[in-house]
Amino acid sequence: MQMNREDLLRAYRTMRTIRDFEERLHVEFATGEIPGFVHLYAGEEASATGVCTHLRDDDFIASTHRGHGHCIAKGVEVQGMMHEIYGRRDGVCGGKGGSMHIADLSKGMLGANGIVGGGPPLICGAALSAKIRKTGGVAIAFLGDGASNQGTTLESLNLASVWALPAIFVVEDNGYAEATSSSYSVAGSQAARAAGFGMPCTEVDGFDFFAVHEAAGAAIDRARQGGGPTMLHVKLARYYGHFEGDATTYRAPGEVDRLRAEKDCLNRFRARVTEAALMDGVELDAVDQAVADEIEVAVRNAKAAVMPAEADLLTDVYVQY
Amino acid sequence: MSKKSYRQAINEALRQEMRRDPTVIIMGEDVAGGAGAPGEQDAWGGVLGVTKGLLAEFGRDRILDTPLSESAYIGAAAGAAATGLRPVAELMFVDFLGVCFDQIFNQAAKFRYMFGGKARTPLVIRAMYGAGFRAASQHSQSLYPIFTHIPGLKVVIPSSAYEAKGLLIQSIRDDDPVIFLEHKVLYDTEEEVPDEAYTIPFGEANLTREGRDVTIVAIGRMVGLANEAADRLAKQGISCTVLDPRTTSPLDTATILECVEETGRLVIVDEASPRCNIATDISALVAQEAFGALKAPIRMVCPPHVPVPFAPNLEDAYVPSAARIEAAVQSVMVAQKKAA
Amino acid sequence: MSQITPITMPKFGLAMTEGKVALWSKPEGAEIKVGDELADIETTKITNAYESPVRGNLRRHVAPEGEDLPVGALIAVVADAGVPDAEIDAFIAQFQASFAIKGGDVAAAPPEPKTMQAGAWTIRYLETGEGQDGTPILLIHGFGGDLNNWLFTQPALSERHRVIAIDLPGHGGSTKQMDSGDLSTLAGAVVSLMKALDLPACHLVGHSLGGAVALQVALDEPGRVAAVTLLAPAGMGGPINHAFIQGFITSGRHKQLQPVLELLFADPTLVSRDMAEEVLRFKRLDGAEQALQRIADASFDGDRQRISLREQAAALGAVPVQVIWGEKDQILPPGADLPGGWTLHTLPDTGHMPHMERSAEVNRLILDFTAG
Repeated sequence: MQMNREDLLRAYRTMRTIRDFEERLHVEFATGEIPGFVHLYAGEEASATGVCTHLRDDDFIASTHRGHGHCIAKGVEVQGMMHEIYGRRDGVCGGKGGSMHIADLSKGMLGANGIVGGGPPLICGAALSAKIRKTGGVAIAFLGDGASNQGTTLESLNLASVWALPAIFVVEDNGYAEATSSSYSVAGSQAARAAGFGMPCTEVDGFDFFAVHEAAGAAIDRARQGGGPTMLHVKLARYYGHFEGDATTYRAPGEVDRLRAEKDCLNRFRARVTEAALMDGVELDAVDQAVADEIEVAVRNAKAAVMPAEADLLTDVYVQY
Repeated sequence: MSKKSYRQAINEALRQEMRRDPTVIIMGEDVAGGAGAPGEQDAWGGVLGVTKGLLAEFGRDRILDTPLSESAYIGAAAGAAATGLRPVAELMFVDFLGVCFDQIFNQAAKFRYMFGGKARTPLVIRAMYGAGFRAASQHSQSLYPIFTHIPGLKVVIPSSAYEAKGLLIQSIRDDDPVIFLEHKVLYDTEEEVPDEAYTIPFGEANLTREGRDVTIVAIGRMVGLANEAADRLAKQGISCTVLDPRTTSPLDTATILECVEETGRLVIVDEASPRCNIATDISALVAQEAFGALKAPIRMVCPPHVPVPFAPNLEDAYVPSAARIEAAVQSVMVAQKKAA
Repeated sequence: MSQITPITMPKFGLAMTEGKVALWSKPEGAEIKVGDELADIETTKITNAYESPVRGNLRRHVAPEGEDLPVGALIAVVADAGVPDAEIDAFIAQFQASFAIKGGDVAAAPPEPKTMQAGAWTIRYLETGEGQDGTPILLIHGFGGDLNNWLFTQPALSERHRVIAIDLPGHGGSTKQMDSGDLSTLAGAVVSLMKALDLPACHLVGHSLGGAVALQVALDEPGRVAAVTLLAPAGMGGPINHAFIQGFITSGRHKQLQPVLELLFADPTLVSRDMAEEVLRFKRLDGAEQALQRIADASFDGDRQRISLREQAAALGAVPVQVIWGEKDQILPPGADLPGGWTLHTLPDTGHMPHMERSAEVNRLILDFTAG
């Protein structure tokens, strides 16, 4: 699948936005100004971006507790997200959802999700909706290796196959479910599980944007053409803990440093496009600067923004009262 | 207008709404039956035949037999509701809530609030509830208090065929997730039901009779029993108001309080287990808001706090009866609040 | 054995299965004539004065006041004063024994309303009576009503006439979807039904808005109309009670609707819970409230009637018209300046529903007018 310069630039900008967004939250969270807790996606940018680059606003994704990257990749406004994470009135969810529940249905973002394994059944529904309404749309569940062990996921793999839904299950396998290694908690393999439900599975290097992009493109095309569901098993790594404040003592010493140095998806992207002379470093530096400015503004605005009004406590729970 | 059973009323409501709105679909285990099987299609039409006959008109695109995977298909119904369809998912026995509750209360119920009011989740989950079918502990519960507890869900419990049709059409047209609970013992009860589509609004209690002495609040199947008891009590000179809340969420607290203000005595009949059920909820409401009006202690007529038993004599002893309601009303007629 | 006549629980309308004597109007031993008020019979829908179908001595109140009894149950016995008490006792015992076995008059299945495609409309109607007297009677209810409004009228008229009560478009069991709610639309639907049923010239009986509809039919199709009886008709000038119209349309609950319906009667206690429930059930039907609003918008402008048929109606000429109006009508107050040649009957202590509140008198006036 050929990407033009503009596509490449957009993809790079998306990955860079996610990275800066998360790195900045890592810093800001430590100040104590952000309520609750956040789960950072830094390190995994190629996955969300490689998949969502193919999607239209009327394609739906369901995300996870580690959802900021999926939101940004699906086009949710960065400022609205930042407001939301700070619990501000002007957040995309009016300050009622927070980091784990950022959603924007107008952008096809069916929500980050605080329940591990919550998304796959929802995505079966979104895919069914697309199929019945004949929109040509697809629906994509992002889930982690932890969620791959939930009954909801396994039931959804079956249902998607039984109904031949235009659904894709992107298993973002970062090696850890909270503090437990997937080598301990996942029996068999993701590919074998998919096969068990009659579904193709592609193993993908999640540090490589182009690999994800290609595999996702094939799966999405297949789904749009009525070919049914696919699993993508994306192997990647998170740079931070399960949540902010997790000391990650369960990881090997130097593990993250080595990943950052050797495999980082942004570095690899930059190397690839500059080596191929598709872009030059100056252009990419300009993107980096623009993104840095955007995040700076977003954080500054969010800190200055108003909280929800007390009366907002009682609104939005039912459509009619 | 003709006599229709509770079952027919529900079937007719589904059929009329599916004709009116192409985004209405039905999914559930054996809602048609026979999918992929060599024999009859629409073999079951739901385990008790409520959706029978819809397959022929609407086809398998809109009448979806599901695998036995409540989490997947209830969640799929929620996802479909948030993305342009108006699904009616059948959970068969409400007891099966246990294997899909997350999708109902963490997902569907929360979308609208959690997403800042920007999501609509026009989902109906139909399920059978209630004892009296010799179906024992895992197929007989009255779990509406659990749903009622969850903000974001509307909970509808029709007490008769007329109520069932109007409330189901209202449920399908509502933009929030609605739990629609059908008492399995009522399926064959009949009454006059209009042929046309009609809606009964939520949160408006129905006074099936008005009296001077005692207010009986009864839910679902208990409404009929309460009226039976009230008939007998009328012959004893005790005149009862029988109030059917129709929906436990939203709950028509205003009408409950008005009736208690008028009669000064309250008996609540609830088939749900007695701790934290609708009876205790309404008792608390009345104790807080209408204490001054009470001439006698509130009485709750509920099952004992045990699972629903199997043996017919035990089950009969478990379910509130008209006789127990009658006795409770008699007891509040003689009881007096102690003078301060 | 001397002549002993049982008086049984009457059946008002189609749905009544039981009723009770609310009040005996005549004591035991009273000499009564045909048409004397015997008792107030209370059903879940309405209380109605029951008139004696026979003459004689009211020998026995069998039904105590306040007890629910099935239709057909013995409530009183009429016989000559000379019939010994023992015979009366024996008669009662025998009646009760056989009634207990057959459980009331189950043989006579009540007539059911039918629906028919009439032009663009699906119209529900109820047909009763064989029609020994040639002219069929067509009953047209008012705003928000339906064919059940004639529950005390239709049985009496159908002893001599073929009687057809209809639901106007937007009402009862007829089509609710209406592009327009104006008078010519409603009259057109009635004419369509008359054609579809192939009716000869009819005696039209119209109540309130149905009165205006009846007149419009007579104006449009004089050949189809033998006579017109108007009960508290719209279209004769004068104000309309706007609060009633809007209250009727917008009230969604008993508590709101009850006082609105009470405006219809001189005696507000006649409005029962069931009557209000029936109206609510109608209003819940898809399209009903919108249809009512359309009709109201086309017919009324606040307290003013948009419909004015007085001038045209004066030209009806050959078609005889009588008007019956309740003195205490709070919806369309009496006192309209009617065209010359029309007969006006004003009924005392009567509200906007003379056919329900004074059914016997109204029935007599209609029958006499048709016979006349």
